[in-house]
Amino acid sequence: MLEKILILLCLSSALAEQPCKPDASDGYKVRLSIKTALGDEAYVWNENEMFLFRATLAFAMRSHLNGQEFDVSNIIVCDETPRVTFWFVVTSPLNTSGLVDKGVVEEAIRMSRNRINSAFLLTDKTLEFIGITPTLTAPVNPDTPPWLIVFGVVMGAVGAGIIVVLVSPLVLKKRKKNEETDEDEEETGVKAVENGSTREGVYNMSFSDDERLTQM
Amino acid sequence: VCLDKESYSGVEERPKWDNKIQYLLTCIGFAVGLGNIWRFPYLCQIYGGGAFLIPYLIALVFEGLPLLYLELAIGQRLRMGSIGVWKSISPLLGGVGIASMIVSFLVSIFYNTIIAWVLWYFFHSFQNPLPWSQCPLNDNHTGYDVECEKSTSVNYFWYRQTLNITPDIETSGSLQWWLVICLASAWCVVYICFIKGIESMGKAVYVTATFPYLVLTIFLVRALTLPGATDGLVYLFTPDWEILKNPQVWLDAATQIFFSLSVAFGGLIAFSSYNSERNNCERDAVLVGVINSATSLYASISIFSILGFKATNAYNSCREDNILDLTNHFELSDQNMTLENYYQWYDYLNSTFPDEVASLPLKSCNLQTFLDQSASGTGLAFIVFTEAVMEMPGSQVWAILFFIMLLSLGLSSMFGNIEGVLTPMHDLKIVPKWIPNEVLTAIICLASFLMSLIFTLGSGNYWVEVFNGYVGSVPLLIIAFFEIIGVIYVYGMKNFSEDIYFMTGSRPNIYWKACWMVISPIMLLAVLIAYVGLQAQKHPTYPTWNPDYELFPQTQVKDYPDWVFAIILLLCIVPVISIPVVALYELICCKIQRSSARAEPTHISFHDNKTGFI
Repeated sequence: MLEKILILLCLSSALAEQPCKPDASDGYKVRLSIKTALGDEAYVWNENEMFLFRATLAFAMRSHLNGQEFDVSNIIVCDETPRVTFWFVVTSPLNTSGLVDKGVVEEAIRMSRNRINSAFLLTDKTLEFIGITPTLTAPVNPDTPPWLIVFGVVMGAVGAGIIVVLVSPLVLKKRKKNEETDEDEEETGVKAVENGSTREGVYNMSFSDDERLTQM
Repeated sequence: VCLDKESYSGVEERPKWDNKIQYLLTCIGFAVGLGNIWRFPYLCQIYGGGAFLIPYLIALVFEGLPLLYLELAIGQRLRMGSIGVWKSISPLLGGVGIASMIVSFLVSIFYNTIIAWVLWYFFHSFQNPLPWSQCPLNDNHTGYDVECEKSTSVNYFWYRQTLNITPDIETSGSLQWWLVICLASAWCVVYICFIKGIESMGKAVYVTATFPYLVLTIFLVRALTLPGATDGLVYLFTPDWEILKNPQVWLDAATQIFFSLSVAFGGLIAFSSYNSERNNCERDAVLVGVINSATSLYASISIFSILGFKATNAYNSCREDNILDLTNHFELSDQNMTLENYYQWYDYLNSTFPDEVASLPLKSCNLQTFLDQSASGTGLAFIVFTEAVMEMPGSQVWAILFFIMLLSLGLSSMFGNIEGVLTPMHDLKIVPKWIPNEVLTAIICLASFLMSLIFTLGSGNYWVEVFNGYVGSVPLLIIAFFEIIGVIYVYGMKNFSEDIYFMTGSRPNIYWKACWMVISPIMLLAVLIAYVGLQAQKHPTYPTWNPDYELFPQTQVKDYPDWVFAIILLLCIVPVISIPVVALYELICCKIQRSSARAEPTHISFHDNKTGFI
């Protein structure tokens, strides 16, 4: 009789100290994909890595709940698989049989997610807490959209090109006109002298001084 | 009676090409356009790959080359734009030139909108990461934007962030300012190339006509080094001979050749009118036609290498998603199941745990399905290709190269369209002489820009499809038909042969004569009737992007409302109405003049300032 009561007591106490089980109401499932993330440089998952995980999680709980001294022993892990998935629950340091609320654990993990990821050289996708969605990084939105800059450069070049092409023939024409008036004045002067010196042959009206006046 | 040289003494100095290469590059650039990149590969794909080349080459030989040779020859001989040429041949045919001008104008309006879209993507290719690779967050930052999640980020960028498209054509939306400034820059680029007429354009084509070939080669070399390229090529060129029994294939081949060569726009006539008179236009026509088709083929090789790579990537990620689901469910070790042993694992798991495997949301991954996803037109360029570019290392470089190539292709075709508008305006002599050419070009560009603002509305893409489908199709077929009848039967085959003898030194041989007199007109008529018949069979519909549709992201097919249908009919009829109108007008005028002239002994010749041969 006594042995039966003892066995029952042992069993119940053993059962009572089984807070971690799959689908625990206050526990989370963790999935690691080490080979996917690191390829050839993947490390082997062993006891030491598990210890690091528990220590990192204790750190996260400590950072979130300031004052409560979480220890590695507060993080209980179970149901490990070759996939490298396992369940964990967090016990409170003030009351070892009581579990910390799921929501509190989630907040703690969210806060320190980056640190937890870096401890294992993993990312949000390769170190998954099933049920805790990673916060999405907002796409970078610079003040001046880059496309406007490129647009400005291209349009500036095109606009400058249009102005240059339109204005340069006018400028050239003006310059030519000035040169032509100078040249013509010289020509008529020279020709008049030549014709005047020979004074033979037919007087060519086209090179008279009237030319200079009509040029204006 | 042939034209003789003395009649040209009074004609003003016509601009000339700097050299033969410029002329050839301009014609090739005009013929080779966006359709070679995004229409021909699609047709090849859906019509059984290698087998499609047979109707395509037959159409080229019997329809494309004769029309091309005809246009280049009359342009070179009569040395005027499309209106002047047709008025010279017969005043009754003056309407053909006007029709060409109207079609060129309408096409240039929507074509430049496509260039504006290319510019928009080009400006956005200078960012890391590319803007179409990520979905934006929704308003309270808890997840991604709903529309983007349901479709893909590439679709979202095209339909929402570029076009800001409305659910159907009746909802016009407002002017999208970013598209307006892209459109303005597109018109400015066209203007600067056209400022000095063919002097400036001739220099621009050295770049715009040759750059696409360079980019296609670069893409081809790059794509061949990517996995899956050969799958794409094998898929493209595997012939399906059964497809030749389908008459739709022959119709599409004929229309593709016709629209690809850009005949009946008047641009080719204008370009060849700037040639010297004794130029071998026969060789030019064959060269341009063959190079155009060869470019289509080359482009489809490049495009399909890239698409093969994209399909392989999609197939691999489909399988990898399945692998992840299976690995997670069965708690297998990470990376134990890979792409190589996927099928063995799957068979094993399916045989041992069939119920569990069936309960998982596994996708069926088939490479053929991914290769079958075809797209043409803007869908190919802005959705499929941008997605492919994202997966290539160094995406920005490839995106920039691709969009500069599209820009070059579009610009060189725009030159032909604008030329088809400007040269007839000079011929019509409605522009007073004191307006310099630069100002006239500026006025045309400004007017076109203002008209093309319709395409920057929310429903702009739907309107582009309307214009693309109806302006750039039936009117061109009608104009080409009248062109060939006009030259061969009104002007006379004999006169035309003599002109060609004058220009090239030899008369056209039996092949050309047979094509011009019999084969090409019959083919054109058959294509026209079949095309109109097919269009008229069902009420025209169009695909819309409607986020509220139950089956979103599939496009919802809607009917065109009646007022849009009326506009479509107008777009088909208005260009070609000028042909009978002008003919009637000339007949009436001629009769009136003749009856009044008979009353007087001395009469003024009706054609005194035209090259008189009637």
